[in-house]
Amino acid sequence: MKKFKFRFSRRAFAYPYMIFLLLFVVVPLVIILINAFLDDNSKFTFANFAEFFSDAGGGLTVLGNSLIIGLVTTLICLVIGYPCAYFLAKYHASNRVFVLLFILPMWVNFLIRTLSTKAIFMALDVKLGMGTVLFGMVYNYLPYMILPLHTTLVSIDHSYIEAAEDLGADKMTVFLRTILPLSMPGVVSGITMTFIPAISTFAISEILSSSKIFLFGDAINMHFSKTTNSFGVGSVMSLVMLVLVIVANVIVNLTSKDEEVKSTL
Amino acid sequence: MTDLLSLSRAAYGWIIAAMVLVIAAEICVIVWLLLRRFGVLPRQNRSELKRSKPSKRLARIFADGYLGLVLACLYLPIFLIIVFSFSGGSRFTFDNGFNFDSYKALFDSEQSAGLLSALKYTAILAASASVISTILGAFSTIGIYALGRRMKKITLTVNQLPMINSEVVMAVSLMVFFAAFSKIFPQGMTRLIISHVAFCTPYVVLSILPRLQRMDPNMYEAALDLGANPFTAMIKVVFPYIMPGIVSGFAMAFTLSLDDFIITQFNKGDTGIETLSTYIYEDARVKSLEPFWFAVFSIFFVVMFTLLLVMNIKRTQKEAK
Repeated sequence: MKKFKFRFSRRAFAYPYMIFLLLFVVVPLVIILINAFLDDNSKFTFANFAEFFSDAGGGLTVLGNSLIIGLVTTLICLVIGYPCAYFLAKYHASNRVFVLLFILPMWVNFLIRTLSTKAIFMALDVKLGMGTVLFGMVYNYLPYMILPLHTTLVSIDHSYIEAAEDLGADKMTVFLRTILPLSMPGVVSGITMTFIPAISTFAISEILSSSKIFLFGDAINMHFSKTTNSFGVGSVMSLVMLVLVIVANVIVNLTSKDEEVKSTL
Repeated sequence: MTDLLSLSRAAYGWIIAAMVLVIAAEICVIVWLLLRRFGVLPRQNRSELKRSKPSKRLARIFADGYLGLVLACLYLPIFLIIVFSFSGGSRFTFDNGFNFDSYKALFDSEQSAGLLSALKYTAILAASASVISTILGAFSTIGIYALGRRMKKITLTVNQLPMINSEVVMAVSLMVFFAAFSKIFPQGMTRLIISHVAFCTPYVVLSILPRLQRMDPNMYEAALDLGANPFTAMIKVVFPYIMPGIVSGFAMAFTLSLDDFIITQFNKGDTGIETLSTYIYEDARVKSLEPFWFAVFSIFFVVMFTLLLVMNIKRTQKEAK
């Protein structure tokens, strides 16, 4: 009887937070869902979806552009970040402070870093445009790629590599057939951690292209600003973004069963 | 004559800048050596490296060169901003020599008052949001841990939503939610604190949960057997055990809240509340970066990096023990 009572009382600690999550995480998303089906006079309509998917407001074009820029950013981050994480895991795994130096910039406000790079570009007379936006994105998201990659690479059991070497594999084969497949969860997790923020962030493209390049995050921001006030289409865009997030996470969960990679953040 | 003078002043500025750089580098090296001396950093096994084959040494040199290059790219902009915060201008030259004008501007420029109030709000917001989310997170993690399988899974999945969701979507959904219930949630700090708690608490929960899972359930039972009531057992047995998780959860919540821009930007409303990041955005996005901001950014970089390094080194030391 006493045991039942204590179990009950301990569980009760979770209830306030469950209500909190319901109120401030679930309900807001439901409101976005409802909003997507409402017109300006709060009547049910599919017009918002029609407007977005027929590209009347240019929403689809922006999404396309964002996906391309996000993809390129992610690819560059992967190409630069993988060797980084690999060398760190191979030569500096025990040197935590050195590894930390690669992750630290991510904790400095991205606006400050982006504005600093912009100031340098302007001083060097570099024309602001696609190139500078891509640089800014890679500069911002590289740590997010290196971190999960490093975590998986470090946790690879070294005996697998030795086994491959003992069985006569040369260095290239060891890498391609042992290390690379074993680091796939990190790769997938790094890709989502870079790709999702890269397509949805606003301000980076705005600052580094003098508002010439407009990405999906900027579009959502614009639809919800006071001057435009087209919450309906903005809600549809948020839903699209949400679907992308969910798809990405399903992929991550399918490829990696260990939660370690995500929980290191 | 004036030309000559300005030239020499520029040269003078550059020389001092170079000296500052050298001194900074030396300080870094000294700190590095001290850290190794006191065992924070592991000593590298030089002899092993020397004995290895030349091809291996070459690979090692290539790897370190690559890492150095990436590190240089990551830190170059930050470094340049700090160096040229002593130039008094924003054109990355030492035309006016080496001076502290940017730092003087911190106190007497037109943005000073705005910056001060932004700092105040940032501190209040980060402090209250992190304290609330740590308390909420600590108690609810214990509760979640005791939940049944199904409920536990559902709660943890919803708990992950703010972490995986795109920040813009989270910000927008909260904004629409607050607008729909504007009577209950007045504009201003209430909304900001709630939204910050909403995105910080999941991290707190996830930093405490692993520690709780590792705890021997018998410890709690033993406390009960020895006559403690559930509440005393919780305070005297469970909390001390999960304390490291609580502390790191608090640190994470504080940094996240301090660093946030997007969620604050959408939910600050028009009460005139600005945090540091939204104030920077409003002031510096259109204009080019003023010398004033060079000083602000430099201070921010130095404070942030020192804090993070100290925090992480302490943690590494503890883990080593």
